[in-house]
Parts: sequence; structure tokens; C-alpha cells
Amino acid sequence: MTYGRLETQLRQRREAGGKSLVPYITGGYPGWQDAIRACAANGADAIEIGLPFSDPVMDGPIIQQASQKALQAGATPISILQEVRSLDVGIPLAVMCYYNTVFHAGHERFAFALADSGVSGAIIPDLPLEESGPWCEAADAAGVETVMLAAPTAPDDRLPRVVARARGFVYSVGLLGVTGERAALELTATDLARRLKAITEVPVLVGVGVSNAQQAAQAVQVADGVIQGASVMRRLIESGADAVGEYIAEVRRAITP
Amino acid sequence: MSLLITPGADGRFGEFGGRFVPETLVPACQELEAAFTQAWNDADYRRELDSLLSEYAGRPSGLTECHNLGKQLGIRLFLKREDLNHTGSHKINNVLGQVLLAKRMGKKRIVAETGAGQHGVASATAAALLGLECKVYMGAVDVERQSLNVFRMKLLGAQVEAVHSGSRTLKDAVNEAMRDWVATVESTHYCLGSVMGPHPYPFMVRQFHRVIGDEAREQMQERLGVMPDAVVACVGGGSNAMGIFSGFIDTDARLIGVEPAGGAAVGRGQPGVVHGMKSYLMQDEHGQVQEAHSISAGLDYPGVGPEHSYLASIGRAEYPTVTDEEVIAGFQLMARSEGIIPALECAHAVAWISREAPKIQGKIVLMNLSGRGDKDVGQMMDILDGKL
Repeated sequence: MTYGRLETQLRQRREAGGKSLVPYITGGYPGWQDAIRACAANGADAIEIGLPFSDPVMDGPIIQQASQKALQAGATPISILQEVRSLDVGIPLAVMCYYNTVFHAGHERFAFALADSGVSGAIIPDLPLEESGPWCEAADAAGVETVMLAAPTAPDDRLPRVVARARGFVYSVGLLGVTGERAALELTATDLARRLKAITEVPVLVGVGVSNAQQAAQAVQVADGVIQGASVMRRLIESGADAVGEYIAEVRRAITP
Repeated sequence: MSLLITPGADGRFGEFGGRFVPETLVPACQELEAAFTQAWNDADYRRELDSLLSEYAGRPSGLTECHNLGKQLGIRLFLKREDLNHTGSHKINNVLGQVLLAKRMGKKRIVAETGAGQHGVASATAAALLGLECKVYMGAVDVERQSLNVFRMKLLGAQVEAVHSGSRTLKDAVNEAMRDWVATVESTHYCLGSVMGPHPYPFMVRQFHRVIGDEAREQMQERLGVMPDAVVACVGGGSNAMGIFSGFIDTDARLIGVEPAGGAAVGRGQPGVVHGMKSYLMQDEHGQVQEAHSISAGLDYPGVGPEHSYLASIGRAEYPTVTDEEVIAGFQLMARSEGIIPALECAHAVAWISREAPKIQGKIVLMNLSGRGDKDVGQMMDILDGKL
């Protein structure tokens, strides 16, 4: 079986005995391109670029704030993808967007626009398995890898169906709740990652509630890697792209065996 | 075949509806669907709900003919008196059903969103009665303009949280309630207040409100022996309208859902997906949800329940709009001619009826008076200052 660029990258990291690190950056937020370059230069395996949406129900205050600011600055899916095209950071990119952005553009058109901009993957947090058919078909046809989310609430008979449809990686949701920093890694994070690892060869990355280097190191004791969202965006909001780069380097050190 | 759809597992009304929620919530929606189906077919549950509706909420609600206003407009106008229910609106029908169900499912806590505060008050009421913890999310703008209802909810023991994100109205209150539910889904039931959201909510909430249409149909039959020519209700998410429409969907009556000009999801929207459902939605050219602007907090919503989108798409129901000015006039018209102060939401229906009266002379019109206007008196005092 051949894998897409995103999954290939994450599998290679695993085969080399390493762990994957995927930072999230809100597209269109002031300084977002510098932040992406800083992530790429400091050990990220791939980058998740958020397309800001007016009603981000899976996001906590930090990413809500970043999305709103990006929208106020005039960011649109089209403007962000145009700029993504010229990023050339040498690692795979995925977009994180809410389903209305996809539905409004049209499945085929959106999938083509991603592929055309050099984006390898798509993460759509409000498009669960049962509703994902038409999008996945268009994404597959355009060569875009659709990352599926798996949640701690899923019963055992649901997880195999979710991972069977996952391309790129499986996004193992670390806790019951929305994105944001937490004092400690929830037990649910490693529990779910363990359940997923037992049933799939697709890389399993933990996201939501992995809030610092130490928690990342805990998570990768079980998982193949981590996604870092709110902790990255807080640094970008408070201190800028350089602080993001330093943080990513710190997380990379913490998860390197 | 009836036009009143019972959706299948995909939760669809035609192309509309569905279940577009974060993966975390999918099992909860599935459990809720199963629990509702089981309860709805369980005679004990139905008996308990019916007795709450009659002994606690005061059902059946009355049917009032507006002789003065009818004469003035040249029509026969009947009001379905949901304003006389306990807590002052139709919202109690749905809330009693859901909170009873939540208790049956072993939940200890409910969360709710509210716009005008009517659903929040009803939720706080049912939670107090049935012994559940209750948290209500309300846009900061609405907290301001509906302060009386905020205090009411607190009196009833609920926690009220003002939502400061986005447009700070109903849409954002729904977002925040969903975020709470994502984090607390194991102990908490999301008591959604309209015929919207992910499956099974649009269907379940309509079933809880069907009592409005079923009673009204029987009352019309008894009183007049004929069905009305038109059934009129205001539409935000659309629960009171679906409630009354469901009793007349298979008659020849025109079904008219009146939207505010600044929140016309059907009139100005296009199909989109937000809050778990595919439905008509006010959005910009990039699919960003637009903010609604209406004088009435309860209708300040850029979307609409998926069954309304379906009824609009097949041409079974009409969704005209009225302006805030027409609503203010309608509010006063009902008060002065009938001695009934309607909720600002219902004043939308009054406004449409009075505007369209010349075209429907001699017709029988049934309007759902879904709530009373006490909560709006403070706002109207400011608006009408010195003009009475």
C-alpha cells in the first residue's frame, strides 16, 4: 500500500524510532507564516494550519481568540491557501477547518484547492464518520489525506470503523473537552492512544490537552506523536514566532528518546 | 403519505438535518436517540410527561378568538395560547420532556442555551422541579436586554453564564453550551431549546411540541368544524412553528413562518452546516456564519431548524420577513386591541398578519401566541419612551 505524503512522513519517523510532532498554527493570524517556518526549522514533522471559522465549537478561548483576530484581519480560506502555496517549508501540511468551509466551497473544489496549494491533509473536527462519505470520496480523488478524530467516548465497536477511514494519522482526542491548555495530561489521553495503537498501523497522534513538553513526553510513551495547538498559539499571541520556535525545539527534545 | 417526516438513522429531512458534531459527541447523540425512541414508546414515560404537562404546565392551552382585531383586519383570528403555560411560553413542553428523559438516562446535570431567556427559564424550572443541576449560557447582549429573565433563572437555582464571544447572542450561546457538553457529556444532558442541532434534536423537540398543533387542531374542529386557512408562527430556530405546523401539515392550510428581516435564514440564507445540522444559514461568500440582527433576542439566530428548510424546499411552508418597525407596531396592536401583551417574537406573527390582512379578507387565521410579553416590557419602555 502506498501512503500519502503526510502518512509517509509520520511512518518514517516511527520506523526510525522517533516520535512525531505536529504543531498547529491559525492561518491568517498576524505572523502565522513566520511561526510555521519557525516550527519547521525546530523539529516539526508536519504542520496543521487552521482555517479560521466564525463558530469554532471544538476550540477553547485561545484558538477562538486567534481565529477571531485572523478573520478581523481579513483572512479567508482562499487567501490562506494562496499564501500556503508559497511557504515551501519542506514538510507536509494539513489544514484544520470546520465543515461549513468545505461544504460551502463544494467538496471537489475544496479538495482540489488543497491539493493545488500543496496541502497534504485535512482535519475536519465537526465531520464525524457517518457524515464523511462525500468529502472523503472527493479528498481521496484529489490525493488529500483525511485525518479522522477518535474520542475517548467511542465504544470499542466504533474505533475500528473510525481508524479504517483514517489517512495521514489518527487524531486521538486527549480528553473530554475543547482545545486549550490543562495543568496535567488526562489519563484518557494515554488510555485512548493505547486502544487505538492496538487496532491500527496508522500513526496515532494525541491532540487536545497536551499542553507542554512534559505532557508531550508522557503522551508519546504510548502514542506515535503529539499535536500542539493552544500552547503554540498562546506563545505566538504573547511573544511571537521566535518563542514558538523555541517551544517546538523544547518539545522536540522532550520527546526524543 | 404524511408530510410529517420521521427521520431515519441519518437524521435527514430531505437533504437537511444530519449530525455534524465532534466525534466526542457522536455516541451521546446516538444514546439520546435510542433513549428518546424508547421513552416515547413507553406508556409510563408518556403518562408521567402528560401529567406534568397538565398538572404542572397547565395544558391544554386555550384557543382565543380575537374579535376586536379580527374585525379590524377583516379576518377571523384565533390565538393558540402558549403564553398561558407555566413559565410563560411554549418552551416548557420541550423542556419537561427532555429533563424527564435526562433523569431517566441517569444524568445529573443539564446545560442549555437561551436567547430571550424563555428556554433558559423553562430549563431552570424543570431542573428545579426534577432535581437536576442546571447551567444556562446566554449571550452577553441578551443578558443585558433580558435582565429580568436572568434574575428569574437565578431565583430558580440555575447558574447563568454570559457569553462574550462572537456576536454575543443566541448563536454564541449555542457554541458555548456545545463546548460545555463536549467536556461533560458523561454526566450532562444538553437540553437544546429548539428544533435544531444534531439528530435527534430537531425530531425530538418537534415531537415534544406537537402537542401544540394536535390540541389546536382539535380545538379548531370543535369550535368551527373547519380547518384554518392559514397557520402563522414566528421562526427563529423554529420550535413553536414546528409545534403548531405539525398539527396542520396534512391539511390545506397555508403554513407561514415569519422570520425577522435581520435573521432570515430561509429568506436570505443558503444551505450550510453549523450547530450540528445542515440547514439554511445566513453566511458570507466564504461560508462564515453571519450575525443576525433582530429586536427580539429569541429570533436573533442566523440558522433555522432543518425541518423548516425542508418544508421551504418543497414549497409546503412560506417564510416571509417583517421589519423591527412592523414588529413594534404589531406588539402594540395586539396589546391595545385584545388586552394581550405578546412576546416580541410573536409580535412578528402579528405584524405579518396585519400587513397581509388586505390579501386574506374573510379568511380564518390561526396564530401561535407562543409567549407572553412581560419579559419585553423593559425593552419596549426604552424603545417607546415618550411615544405612548
